[in-house]
Amino acid sequence: MSLQQLASRLQENFATGFVKAVEWRGDLAVTVTRDRLHEVAQFLHNDPAMDFDYIVHVSSVDWPDDEERFEVVYEFYSIKKRQRIRLKTRVPESDCIVDSLTDLWKGADFMEREVYDMMGIRFRHHPDLRRILLPDDFTEGYPLRKDFPLRGKGWRDTFEFLDETAR
Amino acid sequence: MAFEDQRTTVYKIDPAHPESETLPTLRTEELLLNMGPQHPATHGVLKVILELEGERLVKSTPVLGYLHRGVEKLAEDGTYHQFIPHTDRLDYVCAMYNNFAYCRAVEKLMNITVPDRAEYLRTIVAEVQRIIGHQFWIGTQALDIGAMGVFFYCFRDREILMDWFDELCGARLTTSWYRIGGVERDFTPSLIEKLKLFLDYFPPKIEEYKVFLETNRIWVGRTKGVAIISAEDAVSFGLSGPPLRGSGVDYDLRKAQPYSAYPKCEFSVPLGKNGDTYDRYWIRVQEFYESVKIIRQCLEQMQDGPIMADVPSVTLPPKQRVFTNLESMIQQFKLFSQGFDAPPGEIYCGTEAHKGELGFYIVSTGGGKPYRLKIRAPSFIHMGAFDHMSRGYMISDAVTIFGTYDIVMGECDR
Repeated sequence: MSLQQLASRLQENFATGFVKAVEWRGDLAVTVTRDRLHEVAQFLHNDPAMDFDYIVHVSSVDWPDDEERFEVVYEFYSIKKRQRIRLKTRVPESDCIVDSLTDLWKGADFMEREVYDMMGIRFRHHPDLRRILLPDDFTEGYPLRKDFPLRGKGWRDTFEFLDETAR
Repeated sequence: MAFEDQRTTVYKIDPAHPESETLPTLRTEELLLNMGPQHPATHGVLKVILELEGERLVKSTPVLGYLHRGVEKLAEDGTYHQFIPHTDRLDYVCAMYNNFAYCRAVEKLMNITVPDRAEYLRTIVAEVQRIIGHQFWIGTQALDIGAMGVFFYCFRDREILMDWFDELCGARLTTSWYRIGGVERDFTPSLIEKLKLFLDYFPPKIEEYKVFLETNRIWVGRTKGVAIISAEDAVSFGLSGPPLRGSGVDYDLRKAQPYSAYPKCEFSVPLGKNGDTYDRYWIRVQEFYESVKIIRQCLEQMQDGPIMADVPSVTLPPKQRVFTNLESMIQQFKLFSQGFDAPPGEIYCGTEAHKGELGFYIVSTGGGKPYRLKIRAPSFIHMGAFDHMSRGYMISDAVTIFGTYDIVMGECDR
């Protein structure tokens, strides 16, 4: 199945949730609305013609000027059909929560936790949504957001300096 | 009789685990044990909280992030060229492959075709790096579970290649030899000579490693049937590289989406059957032979030619010209200080590193810096399957199980 056929197949099946499909540099990226994300993912995972059994990565992008600020990006691969697809959805800042895909791909567990940790997007029905790379008591926010300064917000400066030089 | 042997009277055998014994009359409770972050067998700073029932693992929770340095955030602040040295520090055992994966991703973004000779050079060095990575794995994994001898033999041979890297790019670990659009410098005749000598020297040494391990009953007993994962679970967890192929899933990006000089080489992808640690070991050993084969073919097929794509707006000018020619110096300066203008768009590009699929997802909005750069690190994704793979094994197997992935925390925590 070519990438165009794949995109049109998705558009036919999910007429209401389909936003757009972009093909660039040989990658197909399909954007769907947030409420249909899980259904589309389920279709991609279970339908024998799709058979996207392998999860590649879960990522997120921050677009602070847009109305729906965050973009959640899933990338799937079909080992049998040797095909790749990127599934994207947008969430607003006021309500940044999407359905977790951990019930379809077990590997989504850690990947979604990382997105939560770095970007602050929550995943509904995720079994164990905690920070993963940063400490649990990290209070500065979500570092990969664009409004987070590169040097951090000063938490490190509060660490006590122990003078251990010889006197 | 004062001391009756309770084993025959009170203990019951659990049919699910015939070798385990439960004590219905005694109070039992689960024990929590912190393993790491400073345990020598945790390959850096990995911490795992083990919930134990006796000596058996009930649940294990990896605690990651001790080596988190915010590499993805740093990437957003530098130009594309400036990020190459950062990739060295991801998987610091196999820096060349990180450079390779990153450069390939940027080339896909910029739509650059790399010249033939550069592709061969890249493939050769990548396969040398794969040999180093597997030597490192075999040595340290066996060391972790108590077989110390093979470690010295692996590191003796690894040292030859490390010196070879040193001669190639001036560094042993943080190499930064790959460039966007090509490589930094060509092989010298002495390097080719040394590599050919190594290719003749190495295959008998693989037999040595095998003798060390496969005749060691303890090592075989601790790897066969340990950390089994079924093919469906391995795919569902997104495992890649030897942990995936050990379960018999034929997924190797070098074959599935051929890149660089791999389509011009003949090699096979070894697959395991049982999905246990021993099969993963076997795959890695077979990949030694395949790597040697690939390097030999590349050395034979390689022709003279340019080693850098000729796209002056993106690729760096040759070093000699930078020192002698004003325009080239300006070009170099502009590329490093402002970067090149990437088209808006997004790409994902995965490369088969020896650990698994190392991928870069880059979002560009134009300009010289990536808007967002996400690293798909195999070590991190493999740790997601740790709890699933460790349940029911003994506490001493925990070391085998995270050894089996070949994790490096620099890549896992980024």
